[in-house]
Amino acid sequence: MSIKGKAYIAGIYEHPTRKAPDKTVPQLHAEVARGALQDAGLTKDDVDGYFCAGDAPGLGGFSMAEYMGLKLRHIDTTETGGSAYLVHVSHAAQAIAAGKCSVALVTLAGRPRSERAGGLLSINFGPAPDAPFELPFAPVTANRYGVSAMRHMYQYGTTSEQLAWVKVAASHHAQYNPNAVLQDVVTVEDVVNSPMISDPLRRLDCCVVSDGGGAVIVVSPEVMKSLKKPRVKIIGAGEFPKHLNGGKMDLTVSGAAWSGPTAFAEAGVKPSDIKYASIYDSFTITVVITLEDLGFCKKGEGGKFVADGNLISGIGKLPFNTDGGGLCNNHPADRGGMTKIIEAVRQLRGEAHPKVQVKNCDLALAHGTGGSLGTRHGSATLIMERE
Amino acid sequence: MATPAQDRKIAAPAITPDTQAFWDAAEQGTLLLKKCPKCKELHYYPRPHCPFCFHDQTEWVEAKGTGVIYTFSVTRRVEIPYAFAYVTLDEGVTMMTNIVDCDLDAIRIGQKVKVVFKPTTDGPPVPMFAPT
Ligand SMILES: [Zn+2]
Repeated sequence: MSIKGKAYIAGIYEHPTRKAPDKTVPQLHAEVARGALQDAGLTKDDVDGYFCAGDAPGLGGFSMAEYMGLKLRHIDTTETGGSAYLVHVSHAAQAIAAGKCSVALVTLAGRPRSERAGGLLSINFGPAPDAPFELPFAPVTANRYGVSAMRHMYQYGTTSEQLAWVKVAASHHAQYNPNAVLQDVVTVEDVVNSPMISDPLRRLDCCVVSDGGGAVIVVSPEVMKSLKKPRVKIIGAGEFPKHLNGGKMDLTVSGAAWSGPTAFAEAGVKPSDIKYASIYDSFTITVVITLEDLGFCKKGEGGKFVADGNLISGIGKLPFNTDGGGLCNNHPADRGGMTKIIEAVRQLRGEAHPKVQVKNCDLALAHGTGGSLGTRHGSATLIMERE
Repeated sequence: MATPAQDRKIAAPAITPDTQAFWDAAEQGTLLLKKCPKCKELHYYPRPHCPFCFHDQTEWVEAKGTGVIYTFSVTRRVEIPYAFAYVTLDEGVTMMTNIVDCDLDAIRIGQKVKVVFKPTTDGPPVPMFAPT
């Protein structure tokens, strides 16, 4: 059974806050849920399916269902880090296709900016079996992506200047987003002259840290008929957890090499058909590797592909992250998947900022990478069409 | 300009019954790997079950302790900079580690390295690698 055409994204909401010292995480979840329901033209009582991931406090889905007063017949708390929300949309479409729910709410919220005073994020591995063989070597987010970038440079000749173009493109878009954390346009020189965090990644190769969240509403075709919003149909999805494979791995490849082809096959389209792409941008290297693995260019040629403004809306061949992405706009709860879906839906609806809106945007892709390229991560690809 | 590697304070790894032998060998300066008697594949980190064929009687084998740097990233915005890395052992498996006892600015992918065990605060030493 395919999910193609079985469900629609009817509501989206990105919390405008980027720093929320006076709000709780459950409160932010409820605020984004209200926003997305209002956008769809639905109410809380219409929701019969709920999806959330590791950012939901307490017992996750149960705690949040109680807090928000949801009456559910379907719940899914799949956790794949920052890509979870793309997986949730796919799983919601599956559940809707199977008749398990008809209005699915997906929420994300967190406040890392308020709770963490800067510094390098180290992951709490808990009792993971890899922990004794990894924690002594001090893995942090930046070096777990740095090792992939370094190997990609070695193997394919990718340069710091090429990586910088990803940030430059994001900054060109972020200047039109009044909510973006970083709204100044930057140059390649600005990026390569910013302080080195973990070789070869510099400060401006990294995404922002922000509080906030977002939500989406996925509905059945029947429910969509009763709503007034432009019709954004889900036509393909793929997911893939990539790991170290017992010590026999290639760190220049991401799970997108598997989730992408799955999604494209289901949708019946190819990369060159895509008018707009939301690409998870925890770091600049994440975008380069993901674009290669999704098939937008040949493996190893991602650096050349992103250079010279090729990702800038109105200038390049593949407009990406027109909200400014995680690199400039927002990375709520250190999880960028939700905002990737939201900006893709804005583009398909024609609701992006006029300066970055892609003309006749009828086919869009959103991709998430949760975890890290240099260890293990969950990749998720979603392809959507304006009907 | 050079950035000499300095020893960091390293917390002891959590030892479980299935990995006790690995840490006992580390105390003796020996790096152990797991090998599957059925499919003959080596793997890392060590597990009782083979991650390739799922056989449940994997066996410990001694590694030579030599290899090449597969990739690395010198983490600089911290009190003591260090080289987070992966080393591909001569036996063919790649393991997470740190590159130590060298100038961090001179580390290169493909460089030959040899295992050195570095002490932890209250547990067995952990396998790191130094250029040869
Ligand atoms: Zn085996």
